[in-house]
Amino acid sequence: MDLEFTAEERAFREEVRSFIRNSLPPALAEKTRQRIHLDKADFVAWHRILHARGWGAPNWPQQYGGPGWSPVQRYIFDEECATADAPPLVPFGISMVGPVIYTFGTDAQKQKYLPRIVSMDDWWCQGYSEPGSGSDLASLRTRAESDGDHYVVNGHKIWTTQAQHANMMFCLVRTDPAAKPQEGISFLLIDMTDPGVQVRPIISIDEGHSVNEVFLDNVRVPKANLIGQEGKGWTYAKFLLGNERTGIAEVATSKQRLKRLKDIARAEQSCGRPLLQDPDFRARVAAIEIDLLALEYTNLRMLAAENAGKGVGPEASMLKIRGSEIQQGLTELACEALGYYAAPYEHRPDGSNQPPVGPDYAQGRMEAYLYYRATTIYGGSNEIQRNIIAKMVLGL
Amino acid sequence: MDFQLSEEQTLLADSVESWLQDKYDFDRWRKLVKTDLGYTEENWKTMAELGWLGISLPEDAGGLGGSAVDTMLLAERFGRHMVAEPYFSTVILGAGLIQAAGDAGQKAEWLPAIGEGKAKWAFAHAEHGSRFALNEVRTKAVKSSDGWTLSGKKIVVWDAPSADRLIVLARSAGGDTDEKGLGLFVVDASSASGGAGVARHDYRTVDNRRASDIQFDHAPVLAVLGDPANAMPAVEAVVDQAIAFMASEAVGAMAALHETTLAYAKTRKQFGRAIGEFQVIQHRLVDMMMQVESARSLALLASLKAAAEPKERAKAAAAAKVQLGRSGRFVGQQAVQVHGGMGMTDELNVGHYMKRLMMLDTTFGNADHHQRRFAALSD
Ligand SMILES: Cc1cc2nc3c(=O)[nH]c(=O)nc-3n(C[C@H](O)[C@H](O)[C@H](O)COP(=O)(O)OP(=O)(O)OC[C@H]3O[C@@H](n4cnc5c(N)ncnc54)[C@H](O)[C@@H]3O)c2cc1C
Repeated sequence: MDLEFTAEERAFREEVRSFIRNSLPPALAEKTRQRIHLDKADFVAWHRILHARGWGAPNWPQQYGGPGWSPVQRYIFDEECATADAPPLVPFGISMVGPVIYTFGTDAQKQKYLPRIVSMDDWWCQGYSEPGSGSDLASLRTRAESDGDHYVVNGHKIWTTQAQHANMMFCLVRTDPAAKPQEGISFLLIDMTDPGVQVRPIISIDEGHSVNEVFLDNVRVPKANLIGQEGKGWTYAKFLLGNERTGIAEVATSKQRLKRLKDIARAEQSCGRPLLQDPDFRARVAAIEIDLLALEYTNLRMLAAENAGKGVGPEASMLKIRGSEIQQGLTELACEALGYYAAPYEHRPDGSNQPPVGPDYAQGRMEAYLYYRATTIYGGSNEIQRNIIAKMVLGL
Repeated sequence: MDFQLSEEQTLLADSVESWLQDKYDFDRWRKLVKTDLGYTEENWKTMAELGWLGISLPEDAGGLGGSAVDTMLLAERFGRHMVAEPYFSTVILGAGLIQAAGDAGQKAEWLPAIGEGKAKWAFAHAEHGSRFALNEVRTKAVKSSDGWTLSGKKIVVWDAPSADRLIVLARSAGGDTDEKGLGLFVVDASSASGGAGVARHDYRTVDNRRASDIQFDHAPVLAVLGDPANAMPAVEAVVDQAIAFMASEAVGAMAALHETTLAYAKTRKQFGRAIGEFQVIQHRLVDMMMQVESARSLALLASLKAAAEPKERAKAAAAAKVQLGRSGRFVGQQAVQVHGGMGMTDELNVGHYMKRLMMLDTTFGNADHHQRRFAALSD
């Protein structure tokens, strides 16, 4: 047992840190601190900076254009990015569809799509959920009918994050309505610029726009865009969910949020002293810090297993549950720390010369709190994650 | 023991509810809160005509001389429909402070106009750095031969953008945190910018209400309510009444959320059955119900004790406020959770109730603040 990172890992951390220090534009870091819904250009700008360094797909093996890092290196990288307030990496290409393509795709698909994912020339979105199929994803109804060397796709996807920026969507469709629910599903790559694809925004409770509805109306998709075998889409979808399990705890961003929470509580006053010195508030911060510490070391234990080449099983659902609860707790406490200044809710456009209402550190706290209510809903709701653990881990 | 409403009270509750159902559905609410004003003058006029603005006002001021329970019934329905008109600021705080601290002439001059819907008021008390401590006031009131002037900054003054008059809690004597030395100063706020010596910065809040930060720079005072150096007893009494109002408003919002969520759980199907058939969802809805009922009990207690002796009144208000905060968060958050993705959309009322409940938790001190206050009062 050894709690310390190795000398090589520490050197790697230094390398990442100094690269970020020198290349992350301060204005972008500032915007990331204050906003959830960044503009497309912001995400792309940061991705391209990383790409130029060879880090466009930090989780990928070298043969496909990744740096070939170990799970521990990826963890360190995430931590350094979060600490510097770098924009989050858009997961749909590099974490989701990319690994599916290099694991199950044809050579032609690999050649066509992988380099464009690494460079972010394509923006992908995830077309799984439908109005009638959320937790019960296998009941999805979007149909893909064979027509020569094409599929004709009809259906309605919903909650599609960043579809408004995307030119490509990986999509679960039903190719065999007669088969059992899981067996009739296929995994298709759809060009969002094709006729028949229509994106409609959904405004969320924080008044931002990240999620959408996507309507598919007689969209002709070449059969060359089918991943793997027809009817095996569910397997690929599950592979995708199981991938990168140890990243879902969001420990690094939560540590950064904790630090910011303490900064706010140091600046805010309560009874003539900093709020952080208020025993009640301090106890609440300590409680969540302990939760986070427990999560961090649970995550590291699983990470070490992953690093040693042992697969991480369904117990990784714990990371999703605790990680999302902690994110929600932190964003909530940050709003509480602001007292009355949690209330003003005006969106200033970029470069506005109007001063904000309240202190700078208040900007974006409420937006984060509100949007993070979704962390216990998406990616398999926490109720579903608990069902998974009960069944798969505990055998109940 | 009798928790029954009188016949008149039942009638009042029913008529408020039916008007709101008719005129204040969610679609209308969404349009109304997006206007500059954030509510409508027409509704305000109707509320005056229906006698709602005068429920708590004395009969000699043209009011109905109603009880705290009458106000509670109104508040609960206002919460259920997220009524955005500045009732709380004008009637509960404005008229409340005038009644509690003003002299006979001031009451005669101002209260009837409030009941008739002709004057709107707002109460400026909060300051950045004071968190929720009412007595921690750095805004200064200074008397000269020309009368009183105010200097300092107030933050998040609810409904100030459309108020004609502001009541400002300011310090005429003593140190920053002294209970003594505070007064209630009336400032003319009818001009768009705020008037002489008053710089208002108006904004929208997360629950789609309107508020302002207000900078006073030797702003002339129109009148002083009561003793310029001993306003705290009146302020605390009115704030406790206001808490009873907010607690009832929160009960209305929570009850609406619980009903909506229950209905959703019965109709939304996943895995071939209503999600309400899953035990974890059933327990969640039961927990939500218990939170609503606890909040209802303490809101009632706070209303019934609104005129009790100060310590008893304060304990009941503090307890209700703690429950409001805790229950409001739980019910709001779980309503979103059980709705899944749908709960995250701005188009549903669910998130709007959740946001309103957060602001009710914050206003006049959150659950932590009042838990501490309760602890200090309890033997
Ligand atoms: C902000 C956001 C971004 C998203 N991004 C994407 C995206 O990019 N692509 C995509 O495809 N999808 C996306 N989703 C959709 C997300 O995956 C679904 O919202 C999620 O799967 C839940 O489905 P639902 O919303 O239909 O809720 P439902 O499945 O209807 O669930 C409603 C409630 O019932 C509970 N429930 C359901 N079944 C059970 C059960 N068996 N036992 C106990 N409780 C149960 C749920 O936990 C939830 O609380 C996103 C959602 C959000 C909110």
